[in-house]
Amino acid sequence: MWAQGKQYLSAEASQKLVAKRGASAEAKIAVSIQPGFHVNSNHPSDDYLIPLSLKWESGGALESDGPTVFPKPQLEKYEFSDKPLSVFTGDFDLLAKFKVPAAASQGPGIMLGKLRYQACNTNSCFPPKTVEVRLSYQIQ
Amino acid sequence: MSALRLGTVLLTGFLLGCTIYGCSPVRPAKAASLKPDTERHAAPDFALKDADGKTVRLSDYKGKVVLLDFWATYCGPCKIEIPWFMDFERKHKDQGFAVLGIDMDDEGWDAVKPFVADVGINYRVVVGNDSTADKFGGIEALPTTFLIDRDGKIADVHVGLTSKGEFENAIEQLLQARPHGGGIMEGAARPAGGSGGVSLPAELVGAR
Repeated sequence: MWAQGKQYLSAEASQKLVAKRGASAEAKIAVSIQPGFHVNSNHPSDDYLIPLSLKWESGGALESDGPTVFPKPQLEKYEFSDKPLSVFTGDFDLLAKFKVPAAASQGPGIMLGKLRYQACNTNSCFPPKTVEVRLSYQIQ
Repeated sequence: MSALRLGTVLLTGFLLGCTIYGCSPVRPAKAASLKPDTERHAAPDFALKDADGKTVRLSDYKGKVVLLDFWATYCGPCKIEIPWFMDFERKHKDQGFAVLGIDMDDEGWDAVKPFVADVGINYRVVVGNDSTADKFGGIEALPTTFLIDRDGKIADVHVGLTSKGEFENAIEQLLQARPHGGGIMEGAARPAGGSGGVSLPAELVGAR
């Protein structure tokens, strides 16, 4: 519903992914949250909270191969919550797992991912937003 | 000073503070910072549906003091304020006061109905949209709460978690004031200046 507007998080693939046909591959996605803000972890403390999630668009030579690996979240207590919340702050990496079909075409390509998050600071929350993650790859 | 006496003094101070400000988990109340009458602008009108599918217009509330709360179920600070607003509704509804919640969840009623039932919200809730938010200056942060006087003019706005006492002071001042006429803007036009006459923080205006 909300326009995307201002972002409180950025995400990009750390480096180009080089993978062989028929093999598995992993890509590190570097995430950076603006100072003073936090986002819910992939397993928020409350059913009403919106988790951090990464989804890859289909197409291209890479196929998603299992859930994204998130770092261990922080448990932070905020003025507006009775109990500590499971959140991410600052800079961290996600690990995305792929497999390359044996029949995949050799050569370069780009996978597009959508990282959805919902940010808050110490006294306000902001509507859920999505940032695009571009992963360049080379199939050998 | 003995430890016992010091303890007594501290406890007395705490209880006195609670009496004056309320024992809220957040910051103490500041004096209400209502805009002077001459600087208030008409609140933009809207038509949104409540849980029963009935159309609710802000102009329906003309003559009442209205606390208009933009919130969402994923918003922690909003959940601190909601019980306060339920208290205000109970305490002041017979004095010409109403709380109106505008939920901004993307999932609309699918998200809101269970929450309203869980919490037992006793005031009217409608589901808002981008258009509603734009009329009020482009709501970006939640909660954002407007206090509207009996003339339908915006007397105060709070972005983010505020103190219960600050709201209470403002509501009481507004309830005591006599209406002057004028009022809620009819129709859907966005007010001149784009912010409904509300002084939102610069980073929120035009941020979307």
